[in-house]
Amino acid sequence: MRVRVKLFAVARESAGQGDVEIAVPDGATVAQLRQALAAAVPALADVLPHALLAVDAQFADDTTIVTEQSELALIPPVSGG
Amino acid sequence: MKAARGLAPMNHLTDQPIDTEALVARATSPEAGAVVLFLGTTREMTGGRQTVALDYEAYHEMAEQKLAGLEAEARERWPLVQCMIVHRLGRVPVGEASVAIVVSAPHRREAFDAGQWLIDTLKRDVPIWKREQWADGSTEWVHPGLTQKTD
Repeated sequence: MRVRVKLFAVARESAGQGDVEIAVPDGATVAQLRQALAAAVPALADVLPHALLAVDAQFADDTTIVTEQSELALIPPVSGG
Repeated sequence: MKAARGLAPMNHLTDQPIDTEALVARATSPEAGAVVLFLGTTREMTGGRQTVALDYEAYHEMAEQKLAGLEAEARERWPLVQCMIVHRLGRVPVGEASVAIVVSAPHRREAFDAGQWLIDTLKRDVPIWKREQWADGSTEWVHPGLTQKTD
């Protein structure tokens, strides 16, 4: 299946775009999504190990399942305030 | 400049200067003996480098949810009269506020404690990011743990 991942801050600038569409296996976990992101967008290599994934606007762990309907976002370390 | 839309319920993000007087007025109440206002402002010097402005961006939907959740959790943990968080996005020049937290309570202790917890938790959990616009023309995203910057 194909999923779209929102990118922010240094991830957005490194990738040169505000989101990326990538292929992941059906029923993929967040861990598999991370692997697919790293392979598809090498520019994210530095930030990925430090970033969290959000699924449907909730922080997710590596076992969370993603679907084609999920709203996915890569969340680099935050710096609001 | 007024930022009325920043004050509406469930609208914690604004691209306008934060109207802190209006926030304090809304938090002031006969039930409250203490009103605490915290402002996070753009600091000129960081690590010996001069900043012109900070540029903020957010994952809007998630940041709104998180900020509303923080307000709700603070109201559960402390007996608050009023509790509001407003975060500005876009360019915030030196000396201007990027975030305002206003808490009112019957007594000062819970107002201070809640305000401190709110800003500490916001800085850890809410998907908002800042980018230094340095005076030398360069820019740098601030990602604690990734860029070695601490604030």
